Amino acid sequence: MTGKKELAVAALQNGTVIDHIPASVLFDAVKILGIEKLDTHVTIGNNLNSNKLGTKGIIKVADVEFPEAILNRIALIAPTAVVNIIRDFEVVEKHKVQLPDTIVGIVKCGNPKCITNNEPMKTRFEVVDRQNVTISCHYCGHSVSNKEAQID
Amino acid sequence: MNSNSLVSISDISKEEILQLLENARYFEENPNHKILDGKVVATLFFEPSTRTRLSFETAVNRLGGRVIGFSDASTTSSSKGETLKDTIKMVSNYVDLIVMRHYLEGAARYATEVTDTPIINAGDGAHQHPSQTMLDLYSIYKTQGTLENLTITMVGDLKYGRTVHSLLMAMQYFNPTFNFVACDELKMPAEYKEFCDQKGIKYTEHKEFSQEVINSSDIIYMTRVQRERFTDIMEYEKVKNLYNLHNAMLDNSKDNLRILHPLPRVNEIDQDVDDNPKAYYFQQAQNGLYARQAIICRALNIDIKEVQKS
Repeated sequence: MTGKKELAVAALQNGTVIDHIPASVLFDAVKILGIEKLDTHVTIGNNLNSNKLGTKGIIKVADVEFPEAILNRIALIAPTAVVNIIRDFEVVEKHKVQLPDTIVGIVKCGNPKCITNNEPMKTRFEVVDRQNVTISCHYCGHSVSNKEAQID
Repeated sequence: MNSNSLVSISDISKEEILQLLENARYFEENPNHKILDGKVVATLFFEPSTRTRLSFETAVNRLGGRVIGFSDASTTSSSKGETLKDTIKMVSNYVDLIVMRHYLEGAARYATEVTDTPIINAGDGAHQHPSQTMLDLYSIYKTQGTLENLTITMVGDLKYGRTVHSLLMAMQYFNPTFNFVACDELKMPAEYKEFCDQKGIKYTEHKEFSQEVINSSDIIYMTRVQRERFTDIMEYEKVKNLYNLHNAMLDNSKDNLRILHPLPRVNEIDQDVDDNPKAYYFQQAQNGLYARQAIICRALNIDIKEVQKS
């Protein structure tokens, strides 16, 4: 394909586009961002062609700009994701998601004997290795890589 | 959250460890001291542990405090489905300090987050047991006169044994050399070897509990190899006697060598070792009392130096 690329999903007037989400984790990202609860226009595309990832997912949400802390929650599973803020059909801001130091309440601890799997409480993980994206349970110390992390 | 809580040995600095050891030494010389007069300590044992509970309760009694608590969760509201949070919040209303053991990992850390009463972790599942580590450190310090530059041989179950993991972490400040002696199924997990690599701690791994390893050691830390840890029972049968210590194996060991074991032991240390002056496991258990007295005072913010003056 040459020249201007054809858009796989329609352009937004205002809102947020989250692009370059690995196709395999798109629906986890949708869940983490709480997109099912929104009542504005939402377009979700998956298995789209991507030069970087092979296939990718994309989420377009009209008229919503998410707080940074919410967007960064998907960095664990989709470190490649790029956030575009759209105002009046223009991209006014574009940046990669950033993995926070602590992740509260997204990942389920894989240790069945962990207190978090036995009490009504939020999980909490600390990032111990940014390069390999490994996180460790604040309570029981159980470590897991982002690829193996179970999303609650 | 109370900053005097003790959940994991890695919560405290080298200086604090050394201060606790000094204080344990003071309590060994002066075990009866009415410095907890008027204080009430709860011992909440959601999982039974006779030795740890009795030693904590003795420590409180010798310091003149009072103890409330339970030794079996089946007699408490947690058997009715009460959350840990509610039990801790309720007990916090009554006492100055909570000593807790729980079968779930991370329980003590969580408890510190729901109350301002200090918490001492007396074991949370297979996770942390810092008062055991303090008594191990005190035993090493007392028998060797130092914690610096020692060769420590850990034998048996190095995979699941939380005491060896905590001791390894705590020794990071003191330039140790470790020998890890274990079969493949129970060898030291990679994360702890990486920890040693990062901290520049020297270690070697051995499958055989050889004379060479024994004779180079200042401390031999024995642990129990448990049958239930093996996926393959044949494998257990093959290795179960390889890591047993007999008196004759100590003939050419160093004079300062001492044998430690967190107890209970089964047959990994033969009865014939008990009378050897290098056997130290029973005194080690006794040191638990002094180490726990020191830990209790730290949790209650009691300055031993002030106590010594009075």
